[in-house]
Amino acid sequence: MQFVMPDLGPVMPEISLAVLALFILLADLFIKRKETIALMSIISVGVAAYLLPGSMGATFNGMYISDGYSAFFKFIFIANVILTVLISVKYIEIEKVNFGEYYCLILFATLGMMLMASAGDLIVLYLGLELMALSAYVLAGFIRYDRKSNEAAMKYFLLGAFASAFLLYGISMIYGLTGTTDIMAISDYIVKHGLASNPVLMLSMILFAVAFSFKIAAVPFHMWAPDVYEGAPTSVTAFMSVGPKAAGFAVIGRVFMVAFGSVQVEWAAILIPIAILTMGVGNIVALSQTNIKRMLAYSSIAHAGYMLLGIIAGAQDGMASVLSYMLIYGFMNIGAFAVVIMLRSEGFKGDNISDYEGLAKTHPAAAALMLIFMFSLTGIPPTAGFMAKFYIFLSAINAGYTWLVIIAVMFSAISAYFYLRIVMYMYMKEPKETVRLSTSPALALALAITAAAVLIIGVLPSAVVNFARIALGY
Amino acid sequence: MEFINSHLLSLITFVPLLGALLVLALPGTREDIIRWSALVITCIPLLLSLLLFAGFDRSFAGMQFIERYAWIRDFNINVFMGVDGLSMPMALLCSLICPICVLASWNIERGVKGYFFLFLLLEAGMLGVFTALDFFLFFVFWEVMLLPMYFLIGIWGGPRREYAALKFFLYTLIGSVMMLLVIIYFYLASTPHTFDMIELARTNSLFDYRMLCWFGLFIGFAIKVPIFPFHTWLPDAHVEAPTAISVILAGVLLKMGAYGILRINYTMLPDITMRMAAFMAALGVINIIYGALCAMAQKDLKKLVAYSSISHMGYVILGMASFTDEGLNGAIFQMFNHGIVTAMLFLLVGVIYDRAHHRDIDSFGGIASVMPNYAFVTFLAFFAALGLPGLNSFISEALVFLGAFQKYRILTAIAASGVIITAAYCLWTLQRVFLGKLNEKYSLLPDLTVRETVSLVPLCIIVVVLGVYPHPVLNLMKQTVSLLNRIITGAGI
Repeated sequence: MQFVMPDLGPVMPEISLAVLALFILLADLFIKRKETIALMSIISVGVAAYLLPGSMGATFNGMYISDGYSAFFKFIFIANVILTVLISVKYIEIEKVNFGEYYCLILFATLGMMLMASAGDLIVLYLGLELMALSAYVLAGFIRYDRKSNEAAMKYFLLGAFASAFLLYGISMIYGLTGTTDIMAISDYIVKHGLASNPVLMLSMILFAVAFSFKIAAVPFHMWAPDVYEGAPTSVTAFMSVGPKAAGFAVIGRVFMVAFGSVQVEWAAILIPIAILTMGVGNIVALSQTNIKRMLAYSSIAHAGYMLLGIIAGAQDGMASVLSYMLIYGFMNIGAFAVVIMLRSEGFKGDNISDYEGLAKTHPAAAALMLIFMFSLTGIPPTAGFMAKFYIFLSAINAGYTWLVIIAVMFSAISAYFYLRIVMYMYMKEPKETVRLSTSPALALALAITAAAVLIIGVLPSAVVNFARIALGY
Repeated sequence: MEFINSHLLSLITFVPLLGALLVLALPGTREDIIRWSALVITCIPLLLSLLLFAGFDRSFAGMQFIERYAWIRDFNINVFMGVDGLSMPMALLCSLICPICVLASWNIERGVKGYFFLFLLLEAGMLGVFTALDFFLFFVFWEVMLLPMYFLIGIWGGPRREYAALKFFLYTLIGSVMMLLVIIYFYLASTPHTFDMIELARTNSLFDYRMLCWFGLFIGFAIKVPIFPFHTWLPDAHVEAPTAISVILAGVLLKMGAYGILRINYTMLPDITMRMAAFMAALGVINIIYGALCAMAQKDLKKLVAYSSISHMGYVILGMASFTDEGLNGAIFQMFNHGIVTAMLFLLVGVIYDRAHHRDIDSFGGIASVMPNYAFVTFLAFFAALGLPGLNSFISEALVFLGAFQKYRILTAIAASGVIITAAYCLWTLQRVFLGKLNEKYSLLPDLTVRETVSLVPLCIIVVVLGVYPHPVLNLMKQTVSLLNRIITGAGI
């Protein structure tokens, strides 16, 4: 038997990222200034980003696919890493957990996400998912002397393990049914043997939906999200609210659109109730939150619901709208968390909504930035959040799900209440105590990038929409 | 000059937007510079819209001063603007009211920079709504105007400002998301997909679910007008808002609802509009009577004016629902007149509130003897509000009744009784505030200042001139109205 060296071209970004992350792990032993580690991790994803455009193609017998679709998601992951690192530098110092491993774990989690986005085979998908999840569990518990952080890690781990088990069940069933774990081959098999109403296929699709719903925090598999978002270090919360969610959508898109592409009617019936529940619970429970991290957790649950609409709508337009939404959501959500991080200073937690009272008087710039992100999350023009929602709704109505969009816009109108409450606290209440902001050049840069992205995409969304359409090859 | 003439509408709309950014760049401590520059900036659209007024072809029913630039090519969205006889009076009204409101805001002390920044943003939004011909652009302006309004009420408003601002925002947002759904549906139903309002009106027969769409749009606009039972945000918002913002709310914002119904429901779903005519007329009559009765019961002067707005907007709805040239002309003219008159009323309420620090009607008395000029202007404004012949509102209300009576005899008869209630509350208010024994507490109130006079005199002149010679405004809309009427009645047959 002859061993043929596979084409490593398509995997080059991931290989380089893995090598550099390991190198950083070693270098951490000798480098005292952790800012250097932060810079090195930005450089390492920069290298991956540089290699990305030249890496198109499939390799390892189609187990690994690097195409426009995966490249779009990898772009989101890389942007997510850069922004997360920028908002972390000062923050983890304040939390007294300024260790180099923090950045390495973020890089490994991202590597896992990149594998997921490119998975052409369910086994690769599972490997990527586990790499991402294990790194994220550790990150959630990174403030090890803090009970809430520990609780977050534990909860995330236990529930995450369940979700992985569901995924494995799903994979094994589909393997039992079709005899393959290759996504393209599964698709061919389902079409060729007319398995449309096969109960085992249905069951395995339900199991996939459960596992992925957990990753994107969709109701009723969202229970972990508020506790983990609240307990985890805020920078990690920002990272988790975008990265794993995007990775979850990447695999939902790949598995449901490609492997189960011929039975869309069946899986849409599974995803529709999930989407409605997700939008409903996310938006309604967010109304009563007093902690901003929990509120943003419920808000991110709700946003997953909107994005599911795009998946349900299916077709190229539906996917393009999900891609655009994900990118825009990443900018506005990390931006909002960056402001939350700013309020955390030595001896002051600053994660209660009441801490925002009168912020506009004491720190007008911070309040103005939060205002932009809150309006964008609400989806009010001319911010990017509006364009994102507009495109999702457009493609869902185009696919004939008008009634679903009616439900979505109603929940979206409800969401205005809790986003605006933050704005109201900042601008219309008197400051109670003087809140000290902890700023750093890195944090300022992250805020500048996210705010500029939210405003520019809001006015000129063509670039993002085109990017998504090109990524999907039309 | 050539450039100005060919870009009039975009200049009118975007100059306040650029001005807002300019104000943002000014140092916050130089408050006088900010005030003066806001005044100058708001005068530019006024001057430009006078150019528009001069150059407007009154014998042409369609769109004029058209401008079109590509914006988001992926969805075929354009910056597409134009005015016709329907939007021209509204744009004129808006650009006229804004400088007056800047004058009325002169005594804002807190956060001057933020205030004028938001104010100019608001003006851009309002002018944009009246000039946009792309449905998407229309929606964006519609929403853009929401944000500054929320803050202007919520930060600079009265004691219950937070509640009022949030209520205003949520009401309008719920209306506008329904509108958004219909906009997307229209876009997808048209081939090729387009947001062009002219094109959508032309090919409206392609749309299904017409009744549903009609109601989606109608409720969105009815909240803004406001039409009973969607009016409950209005008294709160008006009472809590600072004077200038009440003026904008009543003078311009309410008109956007009626404008939306005329521009969109009427042209894009004419058959349904025709079928809903009696329904709309009935709502209009309820507005007239209910608003007037509520106004009569108020003790707070500002709340009284707020409810009178509801009543006066009822005439607009009744006139619109008549589908006669007289009724439609009357409705649009009434929109213009109400904008002028209610602006005066709110300014006058603001004047007395600045001096007495309350608005309780019953605790004034005999003010006419200490503030004769103020009393004169207030009498004029209230007489205009009650439709005294010789003043502008008389003509528009008479036209509305003339048009409506041809279609709905009983409803119009009921509506006419609203005129009596209106007269009753107006005269009763004047009597309680200005006549009778002078309340000694107020014997030293100063009369109108120069600034107040400057902001009120132009409105007084308009009230009188249009009352005697309404043609400058009526001529603007005549052709468009009869075209609109032909579209509706043609579709109904």
